[in-house]
Amino acid sequence: MNVVVCVKQIPDPAAPQALDPQTHTLVREGKLIMDDSDAYGVEMGLQLAEAAGGGEVTLVSMAPAGETSGLRTALAMGAAKAILVSDDALKGSDALSTAKVLAKAIERAQPDLVIAATESTDGYTGTTPVQVAELLGLPSVTFAKKVSVGDGRVHVERQTEAGYDEVDCPLPAVVTVTAGVVEPRYPSFKGIMAAKSKPVDQLTVADLGLDAGQVGAAGSRQEVTDVSAAEERKAGEIVVDEGDGYEHVVRFLEQLKLI
Amino acid sequence: MSIDKVWVLAESAEGNPTSTTLELLSHARSMGATTEAVAWGTDTAAVAGELGNHGATTVYDVGDIGDSLPGAPVAGAIASLVGSGNRPDVILIPASYDGRDIAGRLSVRLDAPVITNVVDLSADGDDLRSQHGLFGGAQVATARFTGERPWIFVVRAKSFAAEPSGGGAPQVVPAPVPELGATDGTKVLARHAEERTGPKLDEAEVVVSGGRGLGAAEHYAMIEELAKLLRGAAGASRAIVDAGWVPYSHQVGQTGKTVKPTVYIACGISGATQHLVGMKGSKNIVAINKDQDAPIFSVADLGIVGDVHKVVPKLIEALKARG
Repeated sequence: MNVVVCVKQIPDPAAPQALDPQTHTLVREGKLIMDDSDAYGVEMGLQLAEAAGGGEVTLVSMAPAGETSGLRTALAMGAAKAILVSDDALKGSDALSTAKVLAKAIERAQPDLVIAATESTDGYTGTTPVQVAELLGLPSVTFAKKVSVGDGRVHVERQTEAGYDEVDCPLPAVVTVTAGVVEPRYPSFKGIMAAKSKPVDQLTVADLGLDAGQVGAAGSRQEVTDVSAAEERKAGEIVVDEGDGYEHVVRFLEQLKLI
Repeated sequence: MSIDKVWVLAESAEGNPTSTTLELLSHARSMGATTEAVAWGTDTAAVAGELGNHGATTVYDVGDIGDSLPGAPVAGAIASLVGSGNRPDVILIPASYDGRDIAGRLSVRLDAPVITNVVDLSADGDDLRSQHGLFGGAQVATARFTGERPWIFVVRAKSFAAEPSGGGAPQVVPAPVPELGATDGTKVLARHAEERTGPKLDEAEVVVSGGRGLGAAEHYAMIEELAKLLRGAAGASRAIVDAGWVPYSHQVGQTGKTVKPTVYIACGISGATQHLVGMKGSKNIVAINKDQDAPIFSVADLGIVGDVHKVVPKLIEALKARG
Protein backbone atom coordinates (compact mmCIF):
# COMPACT_ATOMS: atom_id res chain seq x y z
CA MET A 1 0.00 0.00 0.00
CA ASN A 2 1.35 3.40 -0.94
CA VAL A 3 0.76 6.20 1.52
CA VAL A 4 1.33 9.91 1.06
CA VAL A 5 1.86 11.90 4.24
CA CYS A 6 1.61 15.69 4.03
CA VAL A 7 4.39 17.29 6.05
CA LYS A 8 4.54 20.97 6.87
CA GLN A 9 7.89 22.54 7.64
CA ILE A 10 7.47 25.44 10.03
CA PRO A 11 9.53 27.84 12.14
CA ASP A 12 10.25 26.29 15.54
CA PRO A 13 7.12 27.07 17.63
CA ALA A 14 9.32 27.15 20.74
CA ALA A 15 11.22 30.15 19.31
CA PRO A 16 9.64 33.64 19.36
CA GLN A 17 7.16 34.01 16.46
CA ALA A 18 6.63 37.16 14.44
CA LEU A 19 4.66 38.47 11.51
CA ASP A 20 6.26 40.44 8.73
CA PRO A 21 5.12 44.04 9.40
CA GLN A 22 4.58 44.67 5.67
CA THR A 23 2.89 41.50 4.44
CA HIS A 24 1.41 40.32 7.78
CA THR A 25 2.52 36.79 6.97
CA LEU A 26 4.48 34.58 9.34
CA VAL A 27 8.23 35.16 9.15
CA ARG A 28 9.66 31.89 7.75
CA GLU A 29 13.35 32.68 7.75
CA GLY A 30 16.07 30.49 9.09
CA LYS A 31 15.83 26.77 9.64
CA LEU A 32 12.40 25.16 9.50
CA ILE A 33 11.47 22.01 11.37
CA MET A 34 8.82 19.36 10.79
CA ASP A 35 5.55 20.40 12.40
CA ASP A 36 5.27 18.17 15.45
CA SER A 37 1.62 17.41 14.52
CA ASP A 38 2.88 15.69 11.37
CA ALA A 39 5.04 13.17 13.26
CA TYR A 40 1.82 11.27 14.08
CA GLY A 41 0.80 11.04 10.43
CA VAL A 42 4.26 9.86 9.40
CA GLU A 43 4.21 7.16 12.10
CA MET A 44 0.66 6.13 11.16
CA GLY A 45 1.65 5.89 7.49
CA LEU A 46 4.70 3.77 8.28
CA GLN A 47 2.67 1.41 10.48
CA LEU A 48 -0.13 1.03 7.90
CA ALA A 49 2.31 0.34 5.05
CA GLU A 50 4.06 -2.22 7.24
CA ALA A 51 0.79 -3.89 8.25
CA ALA A 52 -0.25 -4.09 4.60
CA GLY A 53 2.89 -6.11 3.97
CA GLY A 54 4.36 -3.80 1.36
CA GLY A 55 4.39 -0.35 -0.15
CA GLU A 56 6.02 2.80 1.07
CA VAL A 57 5.48 6.24 2.50
CA THR A 58 6.01 9.28 0.28
CA LEU A 59 6.15 12.71 1.89
CA VAL A 60 4.63 15.76 0.22
CA SER A 61 5.57 19.24 1.36
CA MET A 62 5.45 22.83 0.17
CA ALA A 63 8.14 25.08 1.61
CA PRO A 64 10.23 28.12 0.69
CA ALA A 65 13.84 28.03 -0.55
CA GLY A 66 14.11 24.30 -1.11
CA GLU A 67 13.84 23.64 2.62
CA THR A 68 14.31 19.97 3.48
CA SER A 69 15.33 19.93 7.18
CA GLY A 70 11.85 18.90 8.32
CA LEU A 71 11.53 16.35 5.53
CA ARG A 72 14.82 14.74 6.59
CA THR A 73 13.35 14.13 10.04
CA ALA A 74 10.41 12.25 8.51
CA LEU A 75 12.71 10.40 6.09
CA ALA A 76 14.84 9.39 9.09
CA MET A 77 11.72 7.94 10.72
CA GLY A 78 11.38 5.65 7.72
CA ALA A 79 9.59 7.39 4.86
CA ALA A 80 11.02 6.28 1.48
CA LYS A 81 11.07 9.53 -0.45
CA ALA A 82 9.69 13.04 -0.67
CA ILE A 83 8.15 15.46 -3.12
CA LEU A 84 8.94 19.08 -2.27
CA VAL A 85 7.24 21.96 -4.03
CA SER A 86 9.30 25.08 -3.66
CA ASP A 87 8.84 28.21 -5.71
CA ASP A 88 9.10 31.94 -4.96
CA ALA A 89 5.69 32.32 -6.62
CA LEU A 90 4.11 30.39 -3.70
CA LYS A 91 4.96 32.99 -1.04
CA GLY A 92 1.75 34.26 0.57
CA SER A 93 -0.44 31.34 -0.57
CA ASP A 94 -3.78 30.96 1.22
CA ALA A 95 -5.13 27.56 2.29
CA LEU A 96 -7.01 26.94 -0.97
CA SER A 97 -3.97 27.73 -3.16
CA THR A 98 -1.85 25.54 -0.91
CA ALA A 99 -4.38 22.72 -1.32
CA LYS A 100 -4.23 23.10 -5.13
CA VAL A 101 -0.44 22.75 -5.04
CA LEU A 102 -0.49 19.78 -2.65
CA ALA A 103 -3.21 18.01 -4.66
CA LYS A 104 -1.16 18.26 -7.86
CA ALA A 105 1.94 16.94 -6.08
CA ILE A 106 0.02 14.11 -4.37
CA GLU A 107 -1.49 13.02 -7.71
CA ARG A 108 2.02 12.20 -8.95
CA ALA A 109 2.52 9.64 -6.19
CA GLN A 110 -0.79 7.85 -6.97
CA PRO A 111 -1.35 6.92 -3.32
CA ASP A 112 -3.90 4.51 -1.85
CA LEU A 113 -4.14 6.69 1.23
CA VAL A 114 -3.29 10.33 2.00
CA ILE A 115 -2.62 11.26 5.63
CA ALA A 116 -2.34 14.77 7.08
CA ALA A 117 -2.56 16.35 10.52
CA THR A 118 -5.93 17.84 11.50
CA GLU A 119 -4.31 21.27 11.40
CA SER A 120 -0.85 22.81 11.38
CA THR A 121 0.70 24.28 14.50
CA ASP A 122 1.58 27.62 12.90
CA GLY A 123 -1.44 28.50 10.75
CA TYR A 124 -4.13 26.11 12.10
CA THR A 125 -6.58 26.90 9.32
CA GLY A 126 -7.65 23.26 9.45
CA THR A 127 -9.29 23.09 6.03
CA THR A 128 -6.39 22.20 3.70
CA PRO A 129 -6.64 18.37 3.87
CA VAL A 130 -10.37 18.38 3.06
CA GLN A 131 -9.77 20.87 0.24
CA VAL A 132 -7.15 18.44 -1.11
CA ALA A 133 -9.68 15.59 -0.89
CA GLU A 134 -12.31 17.56 -2.81
CA LEU A 135 -9.77 18.62 -5.46
CA LEU A 136 -8.76 14.97 -5.93
CA GLY A 137 -12.38 13.76 -5.87
CA LEU A 138 -11.70 11.56 -2.84
CA PRO A 139 -13.67 10.78 0.32
CA SER A 140 -12.19 12.02 3.60
CA VAL A 141 -12.30 11.36 7.31
CA THR A 142 -11.04 14.09 9.62
CA PHE A 143 -10.03 13.90 13.30
CA ALA A 144 -9.04 10.23 13.30
CA LYS A 145 -7.92 8.87 16.65
CA LYS A 146 -7.60 5.27 15.43
CA VAL A 147 -6.97 4.06 11.88
CA SER A 148 -6.84 0.62 10.28
CA VAL A 149 -6.86 -0.55 6.67
CA GLY A 150 -8.20 -3.77 5.19
CA ASP A 151 -10.05 -5.05 2.12
CA GLY A 152 -9.46 -1.83 0.23
CA ARG A 153 -11.15 0.25 2.91
CA VAL A 154 -10.03 2.49 5.75
CA HIS A 155 -11.72 2.16 9.12
CA VAL A 156 -11.48 5.11 11.50
CA GLU A 157 -12.56 6.14 14.97
CA ARG A 158 -13.39 9.80 14.44
CA GLN A 159 -13.50 12.29 17.29
CA THR A 160 -16.88 14.08 17.70
CA GLU A 161 -18.37 16.65 20.07
CA ALA A 162 -20.04 13.88 22.07
CA GLY A 163 -17.45 11.11 21.85
CA TYR A 164 -16.44 9.29 18.70
CA ASP A 165 -17.91 7.73 15.55
CA GLU A 166 -16.82 4.54 13.84
CA VAL A 167 -16.44 5.55 10.22
CA ASP A 168 -15.52 3.59 7.13
CA CYS A 169 -14.69 4.52 3.54
CA PRO A 170 -13.21 2.95 0.42
CA LEU A 171 -9.62 3.70 -0.64
CA PRO A 172 -8.19 5.89 -2.00
CA ALA A 173 -9.08 8.41 0.70
CA VAL A 174 -7.75 11.33 2.74
CA VAL A 175 -7.52 10.89 6.52
CA THR A 176 -6.49 13.55 9.05
CA VAL A 177 -5.06 12.31 12.32
CA THR A 178 -4.92 13.76 15.83
CA ALA A 179 -1.90 13.53 18.09
CA GLY A 180 -3.53 10.61 19.90
CA VAL A 181 -3.49 8.23 16.97
CA VAL A 182 -0.06 6.61 17.48
CA GLU A 183 3.17 7.27 19.38
CA PRO A 184 5.78 8.53 16.86
CA ARG A 185 9.12 6.71 16.86
CA TYR A 186 12.39 8.55 17.35
CA PRO A 187 14.64 8.34 14.30
CA SER A 188 17.50 5.91 14.87
CA PHE A 189 21.11 6.84 14.08
CA LYS A 190 20.92 4.46 11.13
CA GLY A 191 17.71 6.13 10.00
CA ILE A 192 19.26 9.59 10.20
CA MET A 193 22.23 8.48 8.12
CA ALA A 194 20.00 6.76 5.56
CA ALA A 195 17.76 9.83 5.27
CA LYS A 196 20.61 11.90 3.88
CA SER A 197 20.60 9.93 0.64
CA LYS A 198 16.86 9.35 0.22
CA PRO A 199 15.39 11.01 -2.89
CA VAL A 200 13.69 14.41 -2.62
CA ASP A 201 12.00 15.36 -5.87
CA GLN A 202 11.93 19.15 -6.00
CA LEU A 203 9.25 20.74 -8.18
CA THR A 204 8.15 24.21 -9.21
CA VAL A 205 4.67 25.59 -9.86
CA ALA A 206 5.28 25.21 -13.59
CA ASP A 207 6.31 21.54 -13.13
CA LEU A 208 2.88 20.92 -11.59
CA GLY A 209 1.14 22.56 -14.51
CA LEU A 210 -0.33 25.30 -12.34
CA ASP A 211 -0.62 28.92 -13.36
CA ALA A 212 1.55 31.14 -11.13
CA GLY A 213 -1.28 33.68 -11.04
CA GLN A 214 -3.49 31.16 -9.20
CA VAL A 215 -1.15 30.64 -6.27
CA GLY A 216 0.94 32.64 -3.83
CA ALA A 217 0.17 36.25 -3.04
CA ALA A 218 -1.02 36.75 -6.65
CA GLY A 219 -3.71 34.08 -6.33
CA SER A 220 -4.68 34.83 -2.75
CA ARG A 221 -8.10 36.42 -2.40
CA GLN A 222 -7.81 37.26 1.26
CA GLU A 223 -5.47 39.50 3.21
CA VAL A 224 -4.54 40.42 6.74
CA THR A 225 -5.10 44.16 6.99
CA ASP A 226 -3.88 44.76 10.50
CA VAL A 227 -2.18 43.09 13.45
CA SER A 228 -2.31 44.63 16.88
CA ALA A 229 -1.70 43.66 20.48
CA ALA A 230 -4.76 42.08 22.10
CA GLU A 231 -6.39 43.89 24.97
CA GLU A 232 -4.23 42.77 27.85
CA ARG A 233 -5.70 41.07 30.83
CA LYS A 234 -4.94 42.98 33.99
CA ALA A 235 -1.82 41.48 35.52
CA GLY A 236 -2.93 38.85 38.00
CA GLU A 237 -1.73 38.06 41.45
CA ILE A 238 0.97 35.38 41.51
CA VAL A 239 1.53 33.51 44.75
CA VAL A 240 4.24 30.96 45.46
CA ASP A 241 2.69 28.06 47.35
CA GLU A 242 4.14 27.57 50.80
CA GLY A 243 1.44 25.24 51.99
CA ASP A 244 -1.23 27.97 51.99
CA GLY A 245 -1.70 28.42 48.24
CA TYR A 246 -5.14 26.79 48.41
CA GLU A 247 -6.36 29.54 50.79
CA HIS A 248 -5.83 32.14 48.06
CA VAL A 249 -8.01 30.09 45.75
CA VAL A 250 -10.71 29.76 48.42
CA ARG A 251 -10.74 33.54 48.97
CA PHE A 252 -10.85 34.15 45.22
CA LEU A 253 -13.87 31.86 44.85
CA GLU A 254 -15.53 33.54 47.85
CA GLN A 255 -15.14 36.98 46.24
CA LEU A 256 -16.86 35.64 43.14
CA LYS A 257 -19.62 34.26 45.41
CA LEU A 258 -19.14 30.84 43.94
CA ILE A 259 -18.79 29.30 47.41
CA MET B 1 -22.06 46.44 -2.75
CA SER B 2 -23.62 46.05 0.64
CA ILE B 3 -24.02 42.79 2.53
CA ASP B 4 -27.60 41.86 1.62
CA LYS B 5 -27.83 38.14 2.16
CA VAL B 6 -26.09 35.90 4.67
CA TRP B 7 -26.39 32.13 4.92
CA VAL B 8 -25.68 30.35 8.17
CA LEU B 9 -24.81 26.67 8.24
CA ALA B 10 -27.27 25.32 10.84
CA GLU B 11 -25.97 22.35 12.81
CA SER B 12 -28.22 20.41 15.14
CA ALA B 13 -27.60 18.09 18.04
CA GLU B 14 -30.32 16.04 19.73
CA GLY B 15 -33.07 17.77 17.81
CA ASN B 16 -31.98 21.35 18.59
CA PRO B 17 -29.84 23.86 16.70
CA THR B 18 -26.40 24.12 18.32
CA SER B 19 -25.65 27.26 20.31
CA THR B 20 -23.03 28.37 17.76
CA THR B 21 -25.69 28.17 15.02
CA LEU B 22 -27.97 30.51 16.98
CA GLU B 23 -25.04 32.86 17.70
CA LEU B 24 -24.25 33.09 13.97
CA LEU B 25 -27.89 33.68 13.01
CA SER B 26 -28.16 36.46 15.60
CA HIS B 27 -25.02 38.12 14.31
CA ALA B 28 -26.04 37.81 10.65
CA ARG B 29 -29.33 39.53 11.55
CA SER B 30 -27.50 42.31 13.39
CA MET B 31 -25.57 43.07 10.19
CA GLY B 32 -28.91 44.02 8.65
CA ALA B 33 -28.80 41.26 6.07
CA THR B 34 -31.50 38.84 4.97
CA THR B 35 -30.60 35.84 7.08
CA GLU B 36 -31.11 32.33 5.79
CA ALA B 37 -30.06 28.94 7.10
CA VAL B 38 -28.93 25.68 5.54
CA ALA B 39 -29.88 22.58 7.54
CA TRP B 40 -29.69 18.84 7.00
CA GLY B 41 -30.96 15.68 8.64
CA THR B 42 -34.36 14.20 9.27
CA ASP B 43 -35.65 16.78 11.74
CA THR B 44 -35.34 20.07 9.84
CA ALA B 45 -39.04 20.72 10.37
CA ALA B 46 -38.45 20.47 14.13
CA VAL B 47 -35.48 22.86 14.24
CA ALA B 48 -36.86 25.35 11.70
CA GLY B 49 -38.95 27.15 14.35
CA GLU B 50 -35.91 27.85 16.52
CA LEU B 51 -33.90 28.98 13.48
CA GLY B 52 -36.77 31.33 12.59
CA ASN B 53 -36.86 32.60 16.15
CA HIS B 54 -33.22 33.67 15.69
CA GLY B 55 -33.73 35.45 12.42
CA ALA B 56 -33.76 32.88 9.61
CA THR B 57 -36.49 33.75 7.10
CA THR B 58 -35.73 30.78 4.86
CA VAL B 59 -34.30 27.39 5.71
CA TYR B 60 -32.74 25.40 2.86
CA ASP B 61 -33.28 21.77 3.73
CA VAL B 62 -30.63 19.38 2.43
CA GLY B 63 -32.72 16.54 3.85
CA ASP B 64 -31.72 13.12 5.06
CA ILE B 65 -28.07 12.32 4.28
CA GLY B 66 -28.33 8.79 5.63
CA ASP B 67 -25.10 7.50 7.18
CA SER B 68 -22.86 9.89 5.25
CA LEU B 69 -20.57 12.33 7.02
CA PRO B 70 -22.03 15.78 6.19
CA GLY B 71 -18.94 17.24 4.48
CA ALA B 72 -19.51 16.12 0.91
CA PRO B 73 -23.35 16.08 0.66
CA VAL B 74 -23.97 19.39 2.46
CA ALA B 75 -21.21 21.21 0.57
CA GLY B 76 -22.59 19.72 -2.65
CA ALA B 77 -26.12 20.91 -1.91
CA ILE B 78 -24.95 24.44 -1.05
CA ALA B 79 -22.80 24.61 -4.19
CA SER B 80 -25.83 23.56 -6.28
CA LEU B 81 -27.95 26.33 -4.75
CA VAL B 82 -25.24 28.88 -5.53
CA GLY B 83 -24.83 27.41 -9.02
CA SER B 84 -28.53 27.90 -9.67
CA GLY B 85 -28.05 31.64 -9.21
CA ASN B 86 -29.02 31.93 -5.55
CA ARG B 87 -25.89 33.75 -4.35
CA PRO B 88 -25.45 34.90 -0.76
CA ASP B 89 -22.83 37.56 -0.01
CA VAL B 90 -21.53 35.69 3.01
CA ILE B 91 -21.67 32.11 4.32
CA LEU B 92 -21.06 31.67 8.05
CA ILE B 93 -20.04 28.21 9.24
CA PRO B 94 -19.59 27.06 12.86
CA ALA B 95 -16.02 25.94 13.68
CA SER B 96 -17.01 22.37 14.52
CA TYR B 97 -15.72 19.03 13.26
CA ASP B 98 -18.39 18.78 10.55
CA GLY B 99 -18.41 22.55 9.92
CA ARG B 100 -14.74 22.48 8.97
CA ASP B 101 -15.31 19.54 6.60
CA ILE B 102 -18.19 21.34 4.89
CA ALA B 103 -16.19 24.59 4.63
CA GLY B 104 -13.22 22.84 3.02
CA ARG B 105 -15.28 21.04 0.41
CA LEU B 106 -17.48 24.07 -0.30
CA SER B 107 -14.39 26.22 -0.76
CA VAL B 108 -13.20 23.97 -3.60
CA ARG B 109 -16.65 23.61 -5.16
CA LEU B 110 -17.11 27.38 -5.32
CA ASP B 111 -13.40 28.01 -5.90
CA ALA B 112 -13.67 30.48 -3.03
CA PRO B 113 -11.11 30.79 -0.23
CA VAL B 114 -12.14 30.42 3.41
CA ILE B 115 -11.22 32.45 6.45
CA THR B 116 -11.22 30.30 9.60
CA ASN B 117 -10.89 30.76 13.36
CA VAL B 118 -12.94 33.96 13.25
CA VAL B 119 -13.75 35.44 16.68
CA ASP B 120 -15.37 38.68 15.52
CA LEU B 121 -16.85 40.01 12.32
CA SER B 122 -17.85 43.57 11.55
CA ALA B 123 -18.93 45.58 8.54
CA ASP B 124 -16.60 48.25 7.22
CA GLY B 125 -18.53 49.95 4.45
CA ASP B 126 -19.23 47.19 1.94
CA ASP B 127 -16.37 45.15 3.35
CA LEU B 128 -16.36 42.67 6.19
CA ARG B 129 -13.46 42.54 8.62
CA SER B 130 -12.84 39.40 10.60
CA GLN B 131 -10.74 39.12 13.72
CA HIS B 132 -8.49 36.27 14.79
CA GLY B 133 -6.40 35.53 17.86
CA LEU B 134 -2.71 34.99 17.14
CA PHE B 135 0.07 33.52 19.23
CA GLY B 136 -2.29 32.33 21.95
CA GLY B 137 -4.37 35.48 21.79
CA ALA B 138 -1.52 37.88 22.55
CA GLN B 139 -2.20 39.60 19.22
CA VAL B 140 -5.27 40.14 17.11
CA ALA B 141 -5.16 39.97 13.34
CA THR B 142 -7.81 41.62 11.17
CA ALA B 143 -8.49 40.00 7.82
CA ARG B 144 -10.75 40.49 4.82
CA PHE B 145 -11.60 38.92 1.50
CA THR B 146 -10.47 40.72 -1.62
CA GLY B 147 -12.17 38.50 -4.21
CA GLU B 148 -15.67 37.70 -5.38
CA ARG B 149 -18.53 36.71 -3.11
CA PRO B 150 -19.73 34.57 -1.45
CA TRP B 151 -17.20 34.93 1.32
CA ILE B 152 -16.90 31.89 3.57
CA PHE B 153 -16.08 32.48 7.23
CA VAL B 154 -15.62 29.67 9.77
CA VAL B 155 -16.46 31.16 13.16
CA ARG B 156 -15.51 29.92 16.63
CA ALA B 157 -18.14 29.16 19.27
CA LYS B 158 -19.15 31.97 21.66
CA SER B 159 -17.90 34.73 19.37
CA PHE B 160 -21.34 36.37 19.47
CA ALA B 161 -24.38 36.36 21.74
CA ALA B 162 -27.44 34.38 20.69
CA GLU B 163 -30.54 36.56 20.85
CA PRO B 164 -34.03 35.55 19.74
CA SER B 165 -35.58 37.85 17.15
CA GLY B 166 -39.14 36.74 17.77
CA GLY B 167 -39.27 35.88 14.10
CA GLY B 168 -41.94 33.49 12.90
CA ALA B 169 -41.64 30.17 11.16
CA PRO B 170 -39.32 30.38 8.15
CA GLN B 171 -40.19 28.98 4.77
CA VAL B 172 -38.49 25.64 4.20
CA VAL B 173 -37.06 25.14 0.72
CA PRO B 174 -35.58 21.82 -0.41
CA ALA B 175 -31.85 21.88 -1.33
CA PRO B 176 -31.18 18.54 -2.99
CA VAL B 177 -27.80 16.83 -2.90
CA PRO B 178 -26.26 16.50 -6.37
CA GLU B 179 -24.46 13.40 -7.66
CA LEU B 180 -21.27 13.21 -5.56
CA GLY B 181 -19.38 10.16 -6.79
CA ALA B 182 -16.49 8.91 -4.67
CA THR B 183 -16.39 11.96 -2.38
CA ASP B 184 -19.49 10.69 -0.54
CA GLY B 185 -17.84 7.37 0.31
CA THR B 186 -17.50 7.99 4.04
CA LYS B 187 -20.18 6.28 6.13
CA VAL B 188 -20.78 6.25 9.87
CA LEU B 189 -21.12 2.67 11.15
CA ALA B 190 -21.73 3.46 14.82
CA ARG B 191 -21.84 6.48 17.11
CA HIS B 192 -20.42 6.41 20.62
CA ALA B 193 -21.40 9.08 23.12
CA GLU B 194 -19.25 9.39 26.21
CA GLU B 195 -21.31 9.67 29.36
CA ARG B 196 -20.80 12.75 31.50
CA THR B 197 -22.53 13.92 34.60
CA GLY B 198 -23.05 17.47 35.86
CA PRO B 199 -23.26 20.61 33.73
CA LYS B 200 -22.03 20.67 30.13
CA LEU B 201 -18.43 21.76 29.66
CA ASP B 202 -19.32 24.70 27.41
CA GLU B 203 -22.20 25.89 29.58
CA ALA B 204 -20.82 25.43 33.13
CA GLU B 205 -20.21 28.45 35.35
CA VAL B 206 -17.08 26.80 36.73
CA VAL B 207 -14.62 24.74 34.71
CA VAL B 208 -11.76 22.84 36.35
CA SER B 209 -9.23 21.49 33.86
CA GLY B 210 -6.23 19.23 34.19
CA GLY B 211 -3.09 18.93 32.07
CA ARG B 212 0.11 17.00 31.78
CA GLY B 213 1.28 18.34 35.15
CA LEU B 214 -1.08 15.82 36.77
CA GLY B 215 1.58 13.24 35.93
CA ALA B 216 -0.69 10.22 35.49
CA ALA B 217 -4.20 9.37 34.35
CA GLU B 218 -5.39 8.35 37.82
CA HIS B 219 -4.74 11.85 39.17
CA TYR B 220 -7.50 13.24 36.96
CA ALA B 221 -9.94 12.01 39.62
CA MET B 222 -9.08 15.03 41.76
CA ILE B 223 -9.97 17.37 38.89
CA GLU B 224 -13.39 15.71 38.66
CA GLU B 225 -13.84 15.88 42.42
CA LEU B 226 -12.96 19.58 42.55
CA ALA B 227 -15.28 20.30 39.61
CA LYS B 228 -18.11 18.44 41.32
CA LEU B 229 -17.61 20.33 44.60
CA LEU B 230 -17.89 23.62 42.69
CA ARG B 231 -20.91 22.35 40.68
CA GLY B 232 -18.79 22.79 37.58
CA ALA B 233 -17.52 20.72 34.69
CA ALA B 234 -14.18 18.95 34.32
CA GLY B 235 -12.05 19.82 31.29
CA ALA B 236 -8.67 18.84 29.95
CA SER B 237 -5.78 20.01 27.80
CA ARG B 238 -5.17 18.35 24.45
CA ALA B 239 -2.00 16.71 25.79
CA ILE B 240 -3.80 14.46 28.26
CA VAL B 241 -6.68 13.78 25.89
CA ASP B 242 -4.24 12.66 23.22
CA ALA B 243 -2.44 10.58 25.85
CA GLY B 244 -5.74 8.78 26.40
CA TRP B 245 -6.19 9.81 30.06
CA VAL B 246 -9.62 11.35 29.46
CA PRO B 247 -12.15 11.27 26.60
CA TYR B 248 -12.05 13.81 23.78
CA SER B 249 -15.33 15.31 24.90
CA HIS B 250 -13.40 16.90 27.82
CA GLN B 251 -10.97 18.79 25.61
CA VAL B 252 -10.78 22.58 25.91
CA GLY B 253 -8.89 24.45 23.19
CA GLN B 254 -8.48 25.07 19.51
CA THR B 255 -9.64 21.60 18.50
CA GLY B 256 -11.87 21.12 21.53
CA LYS B 257 -14.52 23.19 23.26
CA THR B 258 -14.44 26.95 23.68
CA VAL B 259 -15.42 27.85 27.23
CA LYS B 260 -16.16 31.19 28.87
CA PRO B 261 -17.12 30.33 32.45
CA THR B 262 -17.20 32.70 35.42
CA VAL B 263 -14.08 31.00 36.66
CA TYR B 264 -11.66 28.64 34.93
CA ILE B 265 -9.25 26.72 37.12
CA ALA B 266 -6.26 25.33 35.19
CA CYS B 267 -4.38 22.62 37.09
CA GLY B 268 -1.01 21.47 35.78
CA ILE B 269 -1.63 23.11 32.40
CA SER B 270 1.29 25.01 30.88
CA GLY B 271 -0.86 27.12 28.55
CA ALA B 272 0.03 26.21 24.97
CA THR B 273 -1.60 28.38 22.28
CA GLN B 274 -3.85 25.45 21.42
CA HIS B 275 -5.28 25.57 24.96
CA LEU B 276 -5.33 29.34 25.52
CA VAL B 277 -7.58 30.06 22.53
CA GLY B 278 -10.23 27.81 24.04
CA MET B 279 -10.37 29.39 27.52
CA LYS B 280 -8.85 32.86 27.34
CA GLY B 281 -12.32 34.40 27.24
CA SER B 282 -13.13 33.10 30.74
CA LYS B 283 -14.19 35.90 33.08
CA ASN B 284 -11.73 34.81 35.76
CA ILE B 285 -8.77 32.47 35.47
CA VAL B 286 -6.98 30.63 38.25
CA ALA B 287 -3.82 28.70 37.36
CA ILE B 288 -1.97 26.18 39.49
CA ASN B 289 1.36 25.10 38.02
CA LYS B 290 4.79 24.43 39.43
CA ASP B 291 6.65 26.17 36.59
CA GLN B 292 6.50 29.88 37.30
CA ASP B 293 7.42 30.65 33.67
CA ALA B 294 4.43 28.70 32.29
CA PRO B 295 2.49 30.85 29.77
CA ILE B 296 -0.77 30.10 31.58
CA PHE B 297 0.28 32.60 34.29
CA SER B 298 0.24 35.43 31.75
CA VAL B 299 -3.54 35.12 31.48
CA ALA B 300 -4.24 34.18 35.11
CA ASP B 301 -6.02 36.52 37.53
CA LEU B 302 -4.72 34.34 40.33
CA GLY B 303 -1.66 32.16 39.82
CA ILE B 304 -0.44 29.65 42.37
CA VAL B 305 3.13 28.56 41.71
CA GLY B 306 3.06 25.13 43.30
CA ASP B 307 2.56 21.42 42.89
CA VAL B 308 -0.99 20.50 41.84
CA HIS B 309 -0.67 17.30 43.87
CA LYS B 310 -0.32 19.38 47.02
CA VAL B 311 -2.50 22.42 46.29
CA VAL B 312 -5.56 20.68 44.81
CA PRO B 313 -6.07 18.06 47.58
CA LYS B 314 -5.87 20.84 50.20
CA LEU B 315 -8.35 22.92 48.23
CA ILE B 316 -10.72 19.95 48.04
CA GLU B 317 -10.40 19.39 51.80
CA ALA B 318 -11.08 23.06 52.54
CA LEU B 319 -14.19 23.09 50.33
CA LYS B 320 -15.47 19.88 51.90
CA ALA B 321 -14.94 21.33 55.36
CA ARG B 322 -17.21 24.25 54.41
CA GLY B 323 -19.92 21.74 53.52
